[in-house]
Amino acid sequence: MGSGPTSPIREPLVQGHKTYHQITEDLCSPTERAPSRAWTMAFIVALSALTFGVICILITIWVGIGTWRLNRTIGWGWDITNFVWWIGIGHAGTLISAILLLFRQKWRTGVNRAAEAMTIFAVICAALFPAIHVGRIWVTFFFFPYPNTRGPVWPNFNSPLLWDLFAISTYFTVSLLFWYTGLVPDFATVRDRAKGLRKKLYNVLSFGWTGAAKHWQRHEALSLVLAGIATPLVLSVHTIVSFDFATSVIPGWHTTIFPPYFVAGAIFSGFAMVLTLMIITRKVLNLQEYITIGHIESMNKIILVTGTIVGVAYLTELFIAWYSGYVYEQFAFFNRALGPYWWAYFGMMTCNVLSPQIFWSKKIRRNVTMTFLMSIFVNIGMWFERFVIIATTLARDYLPSSWSFYVPSIVEVGIFIGTLGIFFTFYLIFVRIAPVVAIAEIKHILKSSGDQYVNSNATTTYQQVESGNMEFEIAGHDAHAGHDHH
Amino acid sequence: MKHPEKNVIFGLYDDEEILKSAVIKANEDHLRIMDVYTPFAVHGLDPLLDLKESRIHIGGFVYGLTGTLTAFLGMTWIHTRDWPQIYGGKPYWAILSFVPITFELTVLFASIGMVVTFYIINGQGPGVMNPILHPSITDDKFCIAFETGGLENSEVDKLRNFFNNTGASLVETKTI
Repeated sequence: MGSGPTSPIREPLVQGHKTYHQITEDLCSPTERAPSRAWTMAFIVALSALTFGVICILITIWVGIGTWRLNRTIGWGWDITNFVWWIGIGHAGTLISAILLLFRQKWRTGVNRAAEAMTIFAVICAALFPAIHVGRIWVTFFFFPYPNTRGPVWPNFNSPLLWDLFAISTYFTVSLLFWYTGLVPDFATVRDRAKGLRKKLYNVLSFGWTGAAKHWQRHEALSLVLAGIATPLVLSVHTIVSFDFATSVIPGWHTTIFPPYFVAGAIFSGFAMVLTLMIITRKVLNLQEYITIGHIESMNKIILVTGTIVGVAYLTELFIAWYSGYVYEQFAFFNRALGPYWWAYFGMMTCNVLSPQIFWSKKIRRNVTMTFLMSIFVNIGMWFERFVIIATTLARDYLPSSWSFYVPSIVEVGIFIGTLGIFFTFYLIFVRIAPVVAIAEIKHILKSSGDQYVNSNATTTYQQVESGNMEFEIAGHDAHAGHDHH
Repeated sequence: MKHPEKNVIFGLYDDEEILKSAVIKANEDHLRIMDVYTPFAVHGLDPLLDLKESRIHIGGFVYGLTGTLTAFLGMTWIHTRDWPQIYGGKPYWAILSFVPITFELTVLFASIGMVVTFYIINGQGPGVMNPILHPSITDDKFCIAFETGGLENSEVDKLRNFFNNTGASLVETKTI
């Protein structure tokens, strides 16, 4: 089998005895029928949130960031909290598509397309915050190094904030390229079913894809190399985001544990958001046979592992603060847990560390309602984590005379709601335009993971398919041996 | 892009295994396959068609190296020659703090370079109209195509027989 050896124990990833044609029908049809009432309602809500957000952003730009309730002590509040939260959410997509591709986890095929789309939209939301929080958005081009007429004025390449700009721009570009390259063959499938103007549009989107053998070979080679370089890229992005904090001299921030702890947290929150979206998507678009309970269970395992890593990191931070013997560090953590924002710390610990532990139970891992609730919990918990790290830590400065408290203004809250609006608006448009599950990839794994081929009551075994042609069996195996690297 | 017109005969197969055995048969009969079109990447097909491994990753390495050098030499020039400034008491040429951006630009150049190369060598791009033999090829059919330009009728019949003998579900001729 071209798709590698098949384990008889693994549960099927494609259910419902699908044929290739049925897969095309199931996955293309959501883009072909008129939008449902649920979609229209959701779109109106998302668009309203987006509009509200845009108004708040315009107020911020017009009046200045004085409309936010930041103060001299707390210079970063909801803006950077939201930025880190969104960037974290953006981590699951490339993780699923790149790292799981390298590890040959076939279950990625059910969710990779939507997760990558989510990554791109989340990074757009994230990138908004650094752009507006600098206050004068019209001079943000100063960030970008280019030969300029302002004299030899360059950005500071030693600054983690500039590293962040490069990391996020690169991450966005590479994710977009990876996602779109995967989409091209599926756009061709939609194109070949369409008529009239729709056909013209999809012809542009599909880049003239024909499905020639050499093109597929290059496509696979490209995907593999992109996955290979996107893997360290994912890890680097949140590492660099954590440098924004870790290279400072603020107690509670300048800790060496930040990079791994941020990366684990990012994967954790990313998978939570993937689950939130996919549980709704599979239900609304009727994709339960492609995004199975097995997929949900696999993702819940990742949530459990990364949630526990994050938990260990929280405890390590506390221990090291005590063990360092450095009073400012000790106070920073005492203040986080028992200071004026104790509720944020409590929310973070409960949602991120304690609640995912229920996923030790297989029954709960395979329960869709529980998974959905947990994914919302984790989303909230990870937002609190960033708020605790940023605002809570800043609220208690070295000098008690500089101690402060911070409550966001309506404009700040509005911008956050706006980013949720941007995210969901884009996602809803995406499910109308593109197949949410990668069609070609599902077809590719069908014979190794379709339920009619793998489970105990399989109707056809792979051997039966092959036995019609013994000649092929020998030649095919030889051919495969020379081709194993794919 | 305007391609010169080609006359082709093609057959559609229902399964990739039937397709692969047909390709083997074609090789045995010394028939010259123009191309094979499939709805997804069929593994084991490349050696049968004598396709060499793609060299796109070599391109990726070269593009990546360009990115590495651009970033590292660029930052070096800026911080030591064009605008030397001391930050945090560190030397001008603070190699360690160049690492993150050097890495990012390596990945960025390699990815953009490879993807652009991929579409150029495939003859694809936004708005490119490549001829499509049959709409089912992107759905559930596997296609072998032969060029018939300059062939005699008897030779075309031989190809037609080949398709019928190897289990093609549809055989058609087309000018593309």
